[in-house]
Amino acid sequence: MKYVDEYRDGALAQTIAAAIRREADPARVYRFMEFCGGHTHAIARYGLEDLLPENVRMIHGPGCPVCVLPVARIDMAIACARRPEVTLCVYGDLMRVPGSNGMSLMKAKAEGADVRMVYSTLDALRIAENSPEREVVFLAVGFETTTPPTALAIRAAVKKTLTNFSILCNHVLTPAAIQTILQSPDVRELGSVEIDGFIGPAHVSTVIGLQPYRFFAEEFEKPVVVAGFEPLDVAQAILMLVRQINEGRHEVENQYIRAVGEYGNEKAQAEVAEVFELRDHFEWRGLGDVPYGALKLRAAYARFDAEQRFGLVEHPACDNPACECGAILRGVKKPRDCKLFGTLCTPDTPMGSCMVSPEGACSAHWTYGRFREVAKDASRREAVA
Amino acid sequence: MSAQRPIRRKLDFKSGRVDLSHGAGGRAMGQLIEDVFHTAFDNDWLRAGNDQSAFEIGAGRMVMTTDAYVVSPLFFPGGDIGSLAVHGTINDIAMAGAEPLYLSASFIIEEGFPLADLKRIADSMGAASRAAGVPVITGDTKVVERGKADGVFISTAGVGVTPPGVVLTSDAARPGDVVLLSGSIGDHGVAVMSKRENLEFDVEILSDSAPLHHLSAAIIAAGGAGVRVMRDPTRGGLAATLNELAQQSGVGFSLAEEAIPVRPEVAAACEFLGLDPLNVANEGKLVAIVAPEVAEVVLAAMKADPLGARAAAIGKAVEDANRFVEMRTSFGGGRIVDWLAGEQLPRIC
Amino acid sequence: MCLAIPVQVTELLPDDMARVSLDGVTKVVSTVLVEDLEVGDYVVLHVGYALAKIDPEEAARTLELFEQAGMVAT
Repeated sequence: MKYVDEYRDGALAQTIAAAIRREADPARVYRFMEFCGGHTHAIARYGLEDLLPENVRMIHGPGCPVCVLPVARIDMAIACARRPEVTLCVYGDLMRVPGSNGMSLMKAKAEGADVRMVYSTLDALRIAENSPEREVVFLAVGFETTTPPTALAIRAAVKKTLTNFSILCNHVLTPAAIQTILQSPDVRELGSVEIDGFIGPAHVSTVIGLQPYRFFAEEFEKPVVVAGFEPLDVAQAILMLVRQINEGRHEVENQYIRAVGEYGNEKAQAEVAEVFELRDHFEWRGLGDVPYGALKLRAAYARFDAEQRFGLVEHPACDNPACECGAILRGVKKPRDCKLFGTLCTPDTPMGSCMVSPEGACSAHWTYGRFREVAKDASRREAVA
Repeated sequence: MSAQRPIRRKLDFKSGRVDLSHGAGGRAMGQLIEDVFHTAFDNDWLRAGNDQSAFEIGAGRMVMTTDAYVVSPLFFPGGDIGSLAVHGTINDIAMAGAEPLYLSASFIIEEGFPLADLKRIADSMGAASRAAGVPVITGDTKVVERGKADGVFISTAGVGVTPPGVVLTSDAARPGDVVLLSGSIGDHGVAVMSKRENLEFDVEILSDSAPLHHLSAAIIAAGGAGVRVMRDPTRGGLAATLNELAQQSGVGFSLAEEAIPVRPEVAAACEFLGLDPLNVANEGKLVAIVAPEVAEVVLAAMKADPLGARAAAIGKAVEDANRFVEMRTSFGGGRIVDWLAGEQLPRIC
Repeated sequence: MCLAIPVQVTELLPDDMARVSLDGVTKVVSTVLVEDLEVGDYVVLHVGYALAKIDPEEAARTLELFEQAGMVAT
C-alpha cells in the first residue's frame, strides 16, 4: 500500500532506532507523551518501544475520544437509543463502551434498541433519508479530525431539509486537553508526571495545522513534534524530540510534512466554526472539567441537537472506584497499576473505556504488550532470587 | 380403470417462496425435498427416501463432528452458506487426520424464503459435496414463521475414519515444534464483510472456502507421527486458533509477521476497516503444528497441493508458562497476538 | 479516533464525491474538504471524508530523512 508500507519498513526502523540510541544522552531520561490514541495504538501494534533505549520512555496521553467520554454521556446515548422512535447511529468503537450498571450500546441493542454501526456520517444521513418515519440520531464523538464530518452532515441535513436527523454532540478539543495536562497538579506541582515533550497528533493536525501548538511550546517550554500515523513517523518524531531536548530547544516541528501544513485545512475549520461553538463546561473522564474543551451546536442549528430535541439529561454517574482510567489518561499511572487490569477488567469484560477502545492505553497494552511486564517481572524475580 | 392422480405441479423456482406447508410433513414438503434437495445431492441414499441412511464401518477410529451455519449474507463472493457448510464440516473431520466419509444436512428455513435462493444454495452444496467426494446422505427440513430465522440456517454433521495410528490432539504441541500455515489469511472474513450493510466497500476478494481433506491427508502422509495437531482458523482467525492451542498444549508461540501471507487486497481492506488480518475468519486454510524434524518435508507436501501453494512456516512453539502467542512485527518490535473479545467490530478510529 | 488512511482518487464524481482506492479496495467518499483534486492524487481519508491531499514530494523527502537518520545529526 502506497504511503503505508514504506513507512513501516523494518530496515529503516533499525536505522532510526540506532540514531535514537546514539543521540539519547545516557545521563538523562526522556519522557515523551504521545497525545493521540492512534499513536498509542501504533506504538503497541508494532512494538515500537522495543526499539527505544531504556532512557527514552513513552507516556500515553488522553487523545482517545472514546476513552475520555464520561459514563454519564454514554448513559445519555443509551437512554436516547432506548426511545422506540430513535435509530442511533454510532461509530464501531462506541458499541462496547461501558456505561452505568454494566450497560453498553451493544447490550441495549441486544435488548431491542435500534443501534446501528456506521462507517461515516454519510451512512447516517442515508439512513435518515431512507427512513423518514424514524428519528435518526448520530452519536458524534471525536477530536478535531472527526468534527468536520459531523459539521458537514449538519450542513447536508439543512440542504436536504431533513426533519428527522439530529446529533448527540460529544466532540472535544486537543489543545484544551494538552493544556489541562500541562497545568494539572500532577505535572506542575507534584511532579509525578514528568513530560519532556509531546508527539502531536497526526490527523487532528491535518485539520488544525501547527499554530495551536505554538502556545504550549512557548508557555510551557516543551517541544512538540507533529508525527504521521505510521511507526516510522513516530520513531522519527521521537528522534526529533530527543534532538530538541539535547539542543535545549522547545519548538513546534512537523514530521508529517506530507499531510500537515502550518494552517491546516481552513475549509474544514470554517465548516466547524459555522456549526459549532464552545461549551461552557464538559467533563472528561479522568481530566474532570476541561475549559474550552468541548463543542456544542450553535443556536441556529439547535433543531439538530438531540439533547434539546429529546430533552436528554445528564445524570451524574460514577466510575467503578477501583477504575484507574482517569489516572491512566493523565499519564500518572500505567495500566498494570490498576487493580482491575487483567483481572476484572479485560477486553471481554471492560470496566472502563481505556480497555474498550482499541486506542486506550489499557486495551493496547493488553492486546499487544502485556507480555513485556511478565518478562520484566520474571527477570526481576530472578534477579532477586 | 386406475384412480385419478392429482397433477403434480412443478415448484415455481422463479417467484415461489417457501411457506409453512413445506415444513408440515405432507406432500408439499415431500416435493420440496425431492425437487430441491434430492435433485441437488443426487445419490442413492437420499433417493431411497428413508429418514436415516446406513453405511458399513471399516477398521479404524470413527470421527464425528457437528456444525451450524448462520453466515450473513447468505451469498458472498466465492461461496454461499451451502458450500460453506459442506467445506466447514469436511474440514472439522480432516483436522483430526481423518478421511471424511458422509455428511448430513438439516435446514431451518424461514417462511417466505425465495425458492430460487433455496435451490441455488442446495445446488451449490451438491456441487461442493461432489467435488469433494463426500456425499450428503441424510437430512431434515423445517420451516419456521417469518422472522424466526434469518433466511435459512443449516446444521450439519459429518463422520469420518482415522487411519490406524493417527492421533492428533490439541494438547500435543511441544516447545520446538514448527507452526505451518497453508496460505493467506483473512480472505473469507473480508469477502463476507464487504457485503455487509453500512460497511460497503468494493473489493475483488473471494472467500477461500474449500475442503481441506486432501491437503490434510498429504500432511499426515508426509509427516506421520511428527504431526502433532491441525486446526482450521475459522471464526476469530489465526489469533484465536493459536491462542486456543497455546492454552490447550501449555506452550507459547513465537511468530514472525513477515512470514504470514496476506493478500494485498485483504491487507488494504483490513486497513480500511481498522482490522487485523490475524483476527479475521478463514474457511479454506489450516495450521499444522509439526515436530521440527518433519517440518521441511511436510511444508513441501503442503506446497505441492493446490490449496497449499502459499504455505509457509510462520513460527514455532516455545516454553512459556503464560502461554502467550508472541510475534516479531515486520517493523522489528514485539507484540502479542491476542484473541479478540466477542465479535470483531471494525475499528473506525 | 484518528484512523485515517492514504487512498488514491480513481474517479471524480458529482456533488463533491469521488471513488478512491487502496490497493484495489474501492469506496465512494466525500471530497468536499479538499480543493483541486485530480484523478491520481492521494488523499488522507477519515470516516468517509478526504481531509488533506498527500504531497508526493514531501512524502519522498520524509523517506529520505528516515534513511539519513543513520548519518550524523547536523
